[in-house]
Amino acid sequence: MRVAVLQFPGTNCEFDTKYAFKKLGHEVELVWHQNQTLPEDIDLVVLPGGFSYGDYLRSGSIAHFAPIMKAVKTYANNGGKVLGICNGFQILTEAKMLPGVLKRNNNLHFISKYQHLTIVENNNSFLNQCKKDELLHLPIAHADGNYYIDDAGLESLKTNGQILLRYSDKDGNLVAVNGSTESIAGICNKEKNIFGLMPHPERAIEMILGSTDGLKMLQGFKN
Amino acid sequence: MKVIINVFLKEGVLDPQGKAIHHALHSLGFSNVNDVRIGKQIVMHIDAIDSIDAEAKAIEMAETLLANTVIENYSIEIAI
Repeated sequence: MRVAVLQFPGTNCEFDTKYAFKKLGHEVELVWHQNQTLPEDIDLVVLPGGFSYGDYLRSGSIAHFAPIMKAVKTYANNGGKVLGICNGFQILTEAKMLPGVLKRNNNLHFISKYQHLTIVENNNSFLNQCKKDELLHLPIAHADGNYYIDDAGLESLKTNGQILLRYSDKDGNLVAVNGSTESIAGICNKEKNIFGLMPHPERAIEMILGSTDGLKMLQGFKN
Repeated sequence: MKVIINVFLKEGVLDPQGKAIHHALHSLGFSNVNDVRIGKQIVMHIDAIDSIDAEAKAIEMAETLLANTVIENYSIEIAI
């Protein structure tokens, strides 16, 4: 598989993301935001974490006008797979490629810790290696991870199986980590080719880092 | 032409910064404060034919970038 990892000014997780996909045996190419086109024959585009454009105005709001994003939108409209991690998730919501918004955390703090997550839906090309209700342990690190969507939008997410992950405790009970609507930590679009999540799977790929659950998630894209 | 765009969270969308300031004001003794909402003010000077043209341009800017209308409203003032 060939993976394109985007780089915006202020992105800081691109090398970890590249390392994780290389570890899984994939070819990875970093793509600068000023590029007009994506590399040919890619199987996945990843928008990695960081602080694109210093989070000015709103997290992700300026990055989604970068030249490369036009190509990403076309790629996704043609069924191409796109994954946004943390700031990447914020960019995808600002670009309206995913529904809802990521607001400032309710407690106003930057939250950086290991967090338990529950798999809600695995019937997609991302989480197919995980079981429904399986518990994962991944790092989260964000100030704007408070997922907000209106009631009609929430119903639509549920009806279409678009909720991927929820924040939970080690027993699988939902917890309010940052104020997210129904503890949502990750979603996908209706067509299930665009994925966004606040936790960092690329930071949980070796036991020395505390967990390998991230590898399990990223492995899904092989199939 | 000077254009002022105010962006604020919609009614019903929780404003944690406003809430924190509300608490701070209360602890300073300003117990008469009932609600605090935080917004952003964007001030710009733009080339426009007249105030109608300026407002039309400001609306376009607010809709495309300055406000996220999923959670935010905006108002526009034209100061000539």
